[in-house]
Amino acid sequence: MSGGQGSPAAGGRVVRLAETGRRPVTFFLDGRECVALAGDTVLTAILASTPAVRRSDFGPEGRAGFCLMGACQDCWVWPEQGPRLRSCSTPVAEGMRLLTTPPGDWP
Amino acid sequence: MTAPAPPRVVIVGAGPAGIRAAQTLVAAGLAPVVIDEGARAGGQIYRRPPEGFTRPPETLYGPEAPKARDLHAVFDRMVAAGQLHHHPRSSVLAVAGGELHVQSDAGGSRIGYDRLILATGATDRLAPVPGWQNPGVFSLGGVQIALKAQGVALGRRMVLAGSGPLLTLVAAQLLKAGGTVAAVLDTAPLGGQLAAWAGLAARPGLALRGLAMRARLGRLYHAGVSLDRIEADERGPVAIRWRDASGRPRETACDMVGLGWHLRAETHLADLAGCRFAYDETWAQWLPMADRMGRAGNGVYLAGDGLRILGADGAELAGRLAAAACLADLGLPAPDPRADLRRLARLERFARGIARAFPWPADMVRALPDEAVVCRCEGITAGALGDTVEYGGPEANRAKSLGRVGMGRCQGRYCQLAAAELIAARTGDTAARDVGRLRGQAPVRPLLVGAWEKTP
Ligand code: FES
Repeated sequence: MSGGQGSPAAGGRVVRLAETGRRPVTFFLDGRECVALAGDTVLTAILASTPAVRRSDFGPEGRAGFCLMGACQDCWVWPEQGPRLRSCSTPVAEGMRLLTTPPGDWP
Repeated sequence: MTAPAPPRVVIVGAGPAGIRAAQTLVAAGLAPVVIDEGARAGGQIYRRPPEGFTRPPETLYGPEAPKARDLHAVFDRMVAAGQLHHHPRSSVLAVAGGELHVQSDAGGSRIGYDRLILATGATDRLAPVPGWQNPGVFSLGGVQIALKAQGVALGRRMVLAGSGPLLTLVAAQLLKAGGTVAAVLDTAPLGGQLAAWAGLAARPGLALRGLAMRARLGRLYHAGVSLDRIEADERGPVAIRWRDASGRPRETACDMVGLGWHLRAETHLADLAGCRFAYDETWAQWLPMADRMGRAGNGVYLAGDGLRILGADGAELAGRLAAAACLADLGLPAPDPRADLRRLARLERFARGIARAFPWPADMVRALPDEAVVCRCEGITAGALGDTVEYGGPEANRAKSLGRVGMGRCQGRYCQLAAAELIAARTGDTAARDVGRLRGQAPVRPLLVGAWEKTP
């Protein structure tokens, strides 16, 4: 297992226990290049690099998803262009550019 | 003269109940529409990883692998043969006027129906623990999905807490996959678990398998605990404070906590479709009403954990029964339901035994400190919720409009039961059922589409 994929040094919270032979996928989180694996959800991809996907709108703590089944809506993130994504049910794609805070034109 | 148009039957959910319902309708010559949020049919418990993952069903589903294989194969065959219309990655947002409002990657659409079979399943039933709003606290089901569908553990040193069959199952699965579990904290007292044995004896094999799994957890497993607080820094949990069965304070270091107290039926769509509800004491929640076949009236049928929490085997039976009722009501030849009804009754005895063995932690919730967050979505505390009772009275919907508990983006899925418990506690010896039921509102999932997204 290399950097970027959940080693403590990379600061992620996800530990890959299986299915590690998949093709690497590069995406960008707040402009920083990160590596995930093909078939990762956006949530898995982000949590492999960092402990939370965004800040809470209503409190000081970060958000990292909760249910992973599309029911809690805790896991929204923003692409640099276009509407926000529910990260637990969106597959990561090569070259995706994601933000952990809303883009500038957001209310 | 043209033949009358075939009846439009729509199934929502492609878990065990939805798949068996579809199979039954297809066998009778109908071509149902199946709308499902998953990318691949299977539901949550038989959820399939994305294409390209390699672990076999035996690794993913253990002893249930043959059932999972069969359900997946049956569904894929019907899709390949064009016998049904499958809408994957699609959410039903609303039900109105005989139409479903559906949202998918392609945008919004409306799908009309003559008969509607709702097989919407369940989510974890959650009770708040102080500190549960921190990143790195997940539902037990979420922890299991991460392992099954992504091959990952969500922490390096995990604590699983709550109660119910999933608690020991997820712990055993994580250990087997090479994850590090620091403790498994069950709020159900051992005595109560033994007292429920009579019900569990309806399925002795399954009950024994659960006990064997627990035995393998050995010293990690603690029964009869109470949970005091999840300590966290900005990265997430660092420890969980709890008390053992004798009341002794304990602390376990961890970087992830998985929480869940058995299951909560997913009933928002049943509510919008006009189903009536009754409070069920065994499962300690409001459940939609239907006859034994799943008929809820107005052409609506219910099946699976969204009706009664019988688990995957019960969902398969209930799916077949709901479809058989639907066929009979359409005046079409339907399979004889008697054997399935008998099996369903036996599964229900077992499921009620399970629910009694691993009860909702009412006392723990009632004792929550005022500063504990009840609504994770919007950070509303037990104290703030209690204040609404002072001027709004003890009624769930009033507390929602005054205090916003249940208004956040999860729409009450993870706070509603605890909120009812707290409101009841504030008014003396009221029971949670007297607080009433939070009415479902459309859209049952937030709208994703760009045009709405930009609206502040
Ligand atoms: S984690 Fe709950 S909706 Fe994504």
